[in-house]
Amino acid sequence: MKRLIGLVFAALLAASVTANAVELTFYYPIAVGGPLTKVIDNLVAGFEKENPGIKINAVYAGNYDDARIKALAALKAGQPAQMSVLFSIDIYELLEQDAIVPFDDIATAPADKAWLKAFYPALMANGTHKGKVYGIPFQRSTIVMYWNKDAFKEAGLDPEKAPASWNEMTQMAAKLVKKDASGNVQRWGVMVPSTGYAYWMFQALARENGQDLMNKDGNITNYAHPDVIAALQYWRDLGATHKVMPEGTVEWGTLRQAFTEGKTAIMWHTTGNLTAVKDSAKFPFGVAMLPASKQRGSPTGGGNWYIFKKTTPEERKAALAFIQWITAPERTAEWSIATGYVATRPDAYETPKLKEYVQGFPAAAVARDQFKFATAELSTFQSGRVRKLLDDAIQAALTGAKPPAEALKAAQQEAERLLKPYR
Amino acid sequence: MRHVYGWLLLAPAAMLLVGFTHYPAAATLFDSLFSTGTVARPSRFVGLANYAALGEDPIFWQVLANNFWFALGTIPTSIALALLMAIWVNEQLPARALVRMSYFTPTVLPMIAVANLWLYFYTPQIGLLDKLTGLVGAPSHNWLGDPHTVMGCLVAMTVWKEAGFFMIFYLAALQSLPPELEEAAKLEGASRWTFFRRVTFPLLMPTTLFVLVNATINSFKLVDHLFILTKGGPDNASNLLLYYIYQVAFSFFDTAYAATLTVVLLALLAGFAVVQFQLIERRVHYR
Repeated sequence: MKRLIGLVFAALLAASVTANAVELTFYYPIAVGGPLTKVIDNLVAGFEKENPGIKINAVYAGNYDDARIKALAALKAGQPAQMSVLFSIDIYELLEQDAIVPFDDIATAPADKAWLKAFYPALMANGTHKGKVYGIPFQRSTIVMYWNKDAFKEAGLDPEKAPASWNEMTQMAAKLVKKDASGNVQRWGVMVPSTGYAYWMFQALARENGQDLMNKDGNITNYAHPDVIAALQYWRDLGATHKVMPEGTVEWGTLRQAFTEGKTAIMWHTTGNLTAVKDSAKFPFGVAMLPASKQRGSPTGGGNWYIFKKTTPEERKAALAFIQWITAPERTAEWSIATGYVATRPDAYETPKLKEYVQGFPAAAVARDQFKFATAELSTFQSGRVRKLLDDAIQAALTGAKPPAEALKAAQQEAERLLKPYR
Repeated sequence: MRHVYGWLLLAPAAMLLVGFTHYPAAATLFDSLFSTGTVARPSRFVGLANYAALGEDPIFWQVLANNFWFALGTIPTSIALALLMAIWVNEQLPARALVRMSYFTPTVLPMIAVANLWLYFYTPQIGLLDKLTGLVGAPSHNWLGDPHTVMGCLVAMTVWKEAGFFMIFYLAALQSLPPELEEAAKLEGASRWTFFRRVTFPLLMPTTLFVLVNATINSFKLVDHLFILTKGGPDNASNLLLYYIYQVAFSFFDTAYAATLTVVLLALLAGFAVVQFQLIERRVHYR
């Protein structure tokens, strides 16, 4: 009997200790290759060691869509999750569900305010709504151009010089196309993927042609602007007129293999593929900023940290402490090297680790340099529908089902209808 | 007392059936009469407005037509192929077990794995299909990127995946046919074709009905490959009803409209089941 009472007391004591500690749960997605769960677990363990009062449960939740669905379902079911890494473009969905709080309300000390300003402005755009910061950049990427130096040499081009403008890219790509004796194409000049994330690639083209596809408040789209139509026309022409890209859509998932097998001399792809291309390409390759039409340009992409609304003040404070810790320059540098994601703040590139890494592998810095020209990823209210309208329009144009102007005008009209209630 | 006993025996199965089949179906029907709620705009009763929206949604009609072609492409072909393979491996032939196994292998593989394999078959230039057509000098074709060929590609893959599964049922049925029938037919001098048409095929009708019902359901149910191969593209050319429901529910978060589409899917499948069991059962002879 005595023993039993002792046990009960011990249990009560243990319970009170854990009650004093703050326990946080977060969901995170993984959208690129590599053993990233391990990297996250190590980071979490490091934080817990330095902060014994805070316990963190990191829950891997699949891809971006899965993570959003799981996080929202957990919130609805009253399961405690205090923060999450979710797609940067989920912000309007989360706002509409009234699920997140702005960091400005929690990060009130002067040091905290300085921390909010430490990141690249281009990466903050997707996480900011009406002047308040809801998302802190974490696993972020952008589009860059990869080129095969051997193919350039073979075509009589300077292997160290990537095309800098649309015209240059068309001309160079024409020289890079290789055909066999019977006229069948063995190697294409350039490939821009158009399945899965067609809208993302198209944002780059539109931005280069001087246009953004949506406004800051996420309630107006700009699909039917003449310059946007011209951008889609250029994309279509690469395949249909100039014959330097396959006609129809180009598969996102197999493009990397097509490039490393030498089936295309140039490809546009995410920086998230950098490490994989480096490991599998048997030829020297270069990485460059995307070419310009009126200007350079590329959208950003990837995941942000969010803090949920259903939290106590202590939990919010602890969550802020964790997010500040994991986005500190040292950790950002480690994370960038381990994953290939871009480092989210300029001072991370000043850390000895990342400095050394960039010196040995200059391609890793191209994404950073492109940030000056970057724009936010397409994100609006009714995000899924508005994005799919654009995806469908792009694919209709690329497959020749509809002329670009007609496809984009129809998409714009439908987007207007969807977004009107949000103005 | 005996009533109570009977109900108790029924209870476990009934609870599962109600909890996971009947209640969700009823709830779906109920949800389809309301608008999608958010925190800012709570859900409200809209009557048949979601169904009116459905009628005006061009993508809905497109995926419905796609599904029709997909069913038409997969069902007869996979059944005919299954029957052919079953008859073939029912004969005495060398390495019969190996042949049977190789026909059955695609069934064992998860659909996601299959789709990843076939993605590389269909990839322009580096894919198997293009390598084969390249041997005869045909130019490279963008199989999944061309709206005219993408559906055919999906159909071919699905037939490959399903035929082996149906073959097993036919094989089991063939082995249960009494050998005396064949001997009698031989004595009567019936040709093999006549024997198949007048004896084997009619006796296999119960199996054919079973396979037909399954194949029909599968043609609406199997969408795993779309996640890998096309995501419904290009421009919805390969989108199927169930995948569209997924998109509406989980990328657009329009749960009410997704419920409406689900009701349509349920009605379609229920309709097929009724037709198949009512009409075809008359031609089926159970022993």
